[in-house]
Amino acid sequence: MDSVIFDLSQTSLREVNQFLHHGANGNPIKIINPDGAHNIAVGLHSPITVEIAGHVGYYAAGMNQLANVTIDGNAGTGVAENMMSGRVHVKGFASVSAGASAQGGLLVIDGNASLRCGISLKGGDIVVGGSVGSFSAFMAQAGRIVICGDAGDAIGDSLYEAVIYIRGNVKSLGADAQFEPMSDSDYQAVGELLAKAGFSHDSKDFKRIASAKRLYHWNADANQDY
Amino acid sequence: MNHSESSQSLSLEESAGYDRRILNYIQNAAAHGLYEIRGLGAKRRLPHFDDLVFLGSSLSRYPLEGYREKCTTKTILGTRYAKKPIELEMPITIAGMSFGSLSANVKEAIGLAATEAGTSTTTGDGGMTSEERLSSKTLIYQCLPSRYGFNPDDVRKADAIEIVIGQGAKPGGAGMLLGQKVNPRVAEMRTLPEGIDQRSACRHPDWTGPDDLTIKIQELRELTDWEKPIYVKIGASRTFNDVKLAVHAGADVIVVDGMQGGTAATQSVFIEHVGIPTLAAVRLAVEALEELDMKGKVQLIVSGGIRTGADVAKALAMGADAVSIGQAILMALGCNSETYIQNGTHHSAIADYNALGTAPGYCHHCHTGQCPVGVTTQDAMLEKRLEPHVGARRVKNYLQTLNMELTTIARACGKQNVHHLEREDLVALTIEAAAMARLPLAGTNWIPGWQTGSSF
Amino acid sequence: MCGIVGLLVKKPELRKSLGEMMVPMLIGMSDRGSDSAGLAIFTDLLDESHRKYSLYSGDKEFNWSELLYKFQSHFEGDTEIDSQGNHAIVISNADPNSVKQWLKHHYPHLYLLSTGRAIDLYKDTGTPQQVSDRYHFKSLKGSHLVGHTRMATESAVTAAHAHPFTAGEDFCLVHNGSLSNPHEIRRKLEPRGIQFETDNDTEAACRFLEWRMREGDDLENALQRGFEELDGFYTFLMGTVDKLALVRDSFACKPAIVAETDDYVAIASEFRSLAHLPDINHAQLYEPAPEELYVWTV
Repeated sequence: MDSVIFDLSQTSLREVNQFLHHGANGNPIKIINPDGAHNIAVGLHSPITVEIAGHVGYYAAGMNQLANVTIDGNAGTGVAENMMSGRVHVKGFASVSAGASAQGGLLVIDGNASLRCGISLKGGDIVVGGSVGSFSAFMAQAGRIVICGDAGDAIGDSLYEAVIYIRGNVKSLGADAQFEPMSDSDYQAVGELLAKAGFSHDSKDFKRIASAKRLYHWNADANQDY
Repeated sequence: MNHSESSQSLSLEESAGYDRRILNYIQNAAAHGLYEIRGLGAKRRLPHFDDLVFLGSSLSRYPLEGYREKCTTKTILGTRYAKKPIELEMPITIAGMSFGSLSANVKEAIGLAATEAGTSTTTGDGGMTSEERLSSKTLIYQCLPSRYGFNPDDVRKADAIEIVIGQGAKPGGAGMLLGQKVNPRVAEMRTLPEGIDQRSACRHPDWTGPDDLTIKIQELRELTDWEKPIYVKIGASRTFNDVKLAVHAGADVIVVDGMQGGTAATQSVFIEHVGIPTLAAVRLAVEALEELDMKGKVQLIVSGGIRTGADVAKALAMGADAVSIGQAILMALGCNSETYIQNGTHHSAIADYNALGTAPGYCHHCHTGQCPVGVTTQDAMLEKRLEPHVGARRVKNYLQTLNMELTTIARACGKQNVHHLEREDLVALTIEAAAMARLPLAGTNWIPGWQTGSSF
Repeated sequence: MCGIVGLLVKKPELRKSLGEMMVPMLIGMSDRGSDSAGLAIFTDLLDESHRKYSLYSGDKEFNWSELLYKFQSHFEGDTEIDSQGNHAIVISNADPNSVKQWLKHHYPHLYLLSTGRAIDLYKDTGTPQQVSDRYHFKSLKGSHLVGHTRMATESAVTAAHAHPFTAGEDFCLVHNGSLSNPHEIRRKLEPRGIQFETDNDTEAACRFLEWRMREGDDLENALQRGFEELDGFYTFLMGTVDKLALVRDSFACKPAIVAETDDYVAIASEFRSLAHLPDINHAQLYEPAPEELYVWTV
């Protein structure tokens, strides 16, 4: 199938996004010369395939539904933020708040992700080939984050029901986050996510971090800091 | 049994600093080791719209005949960039209050009332319910730091989007819903385990600061193909700077919520001691817009303690384009009423208030989820005490009353359009109000803190 | 709030194109700030006895030739002036302290933007495009520079409040973010003889570093102390006579990205600013980690 090509240095972002919202008919779409523009492919809601040939700015593929978006470069703040379903693949590195508040779908980052990766996650899955920055999975409520590299400070701070699987080192755990033993279903989940992301690590190398659930209810005696 | 010989008269000298309220506070802190959490807004006396009065027409100005001479209340919000601005029949809207803090019946009642009155309602920290979207003709969808339930399908269903930086009850704070109100439906909408004490984030997860807000606003515009207005809601503190920054960031409408603004659950220390009064906030917001020459291009909605038609009129005269009401809508539904209406009759709720340790007229126990009149509850039995159609009629009546009072005042000041009310129609009754509102003290041309003689 | 840019060329033959490379970077940050813009550029080092002074007269017409004449009458030695509109650079081998005193006394309304042997500083209200055009940024030459576009948060929109801020000689700072305790910092520093010109939070950070370096800290130690005492969100980009330095607070909420090739190091708040630099497709791109000091030397 021939790709429909948009050149962002010639066509306005608004036109491109409107086409992606209303005009796409099944051919894959390629966007060239993104040059760090913000809000590329925001709000897609059909199972189309989009390739962005270069680096993107903030919120690329924000609130993605059903679409398959590949970013052949680095992503700025909030890539795939609030994604509902579908797949977003960043081949380079991702800046802060990658996958923030995502409710579904799969975000794959081949390189590193910066701080607050998966912040406020609500059911989406994130797989990071490299390492993640501090405060990742902050207040993550549901979903899974697989980290093939290391994590910075305060990983999983104020975690709810989301689960983190990490292969490398953790600089420090966040409040209420704890290491837990891996079960068979954990190994299976990690294996499936790695396969979907195209990484070949052994799931046996991963450790599980989840919420200790001590912050679920206010408790004066526990000297909780609210 | 021994009786004292003379009847002892008690010597009761209360301390102003250590009065019963403070004693109660200290004793509770000692007993529980946790701050008090409650609902509603600041309860203490503050300089407010009551401290302003209108200069009705006399010889130098001519009034309009009530009822016969038209005084229009049509209001349009979001003209700056959106293809489809919000068009309302009155400049009185209903503020964001979450499903979760309120029951689904209440959300439906409010929606029905607003549709009939020709105005808008706003979702809250719990996301959009189908009841509200179906019942409310014009629905503003909030985008909050928590992002509970926030999804692009609801964004597309909404008529406008309101990015919430904060609310007047707790500028700098975050949403809160105690476990007793996190029932299965609420928990599912918020992606949380049932029954836990919910604490929201206080910053947005994917932007901090007005430079990034600019890009976030653009994202929402791209998502909606530039159709829907984007509101930015701010709890009043450094209002002058905040409004200017919101304009620079690209907001179509700015909502400023003063410290009297309500909440369903917040630490009382936050409610009473953080944020500035609505009176001061309105003036600061208007000055900011005027300095940027954006008055009328970016619309201003003011909230926090709007209760009467006079409040609405005064907010408009000071420069707001519309007001937003939260607490008083709940009171119209029955909050703090002695009775609730079920199956066509009034039933006393007094015993239920007492069981909570309070009484009608004093209650602020929204956080308990045991609202005796079925408003701020998720309890299956209690929520039946608010029947949507009954509630809808009461809220519609209330809105109608406010609107009529607004036009009465406007006509008295000689205006054919309520948006023609201006600050020169007002004077202040107290020095604090004069200073905060930057209006002259009645009978003088003195504005405390400003040069005299320049207020004409 | 703001956009920041920084550029350092590694090869001497690129110095003549420093300004030309930078202008699109600065204009690329216009969305982040369009109230005012500023730039500090480091050029060939003057000899030990000479200093140059960047001066700014605001929105007033200014008679620079009259200033030159009076200056030459007062101070011996050689003096040159290069003026354009409301901005001028005076080069002199007079004693710097005497020069500063003299300027303060005779021209109290004139802003002394910078002092040093290498630094030239420009800042003014207007969009980045307007400020660039006004001072011909395209034709500037030098080894490295620090630039800024401003969306004012708490203090006023005036040139004085624009960035970069300077301290001492050949040191400047730009800031993206918002400090939450600038007034306390100011109240701490003023009794120690540090003078403030504005109520801008960035100036508080700049004067804090000035104080620490005056007390003998090197930049690294000064910034380490800053992590403890300065509160809020910040990305700082600093320029010294032969270095660019960058640091982000521990939250790293304000963005920054670095592009490095064999020819240059470029820094900006967003990649958009760097997208048109030569050979950007082969540059090494990375985001600076929080609480780490990155230093590039000419």
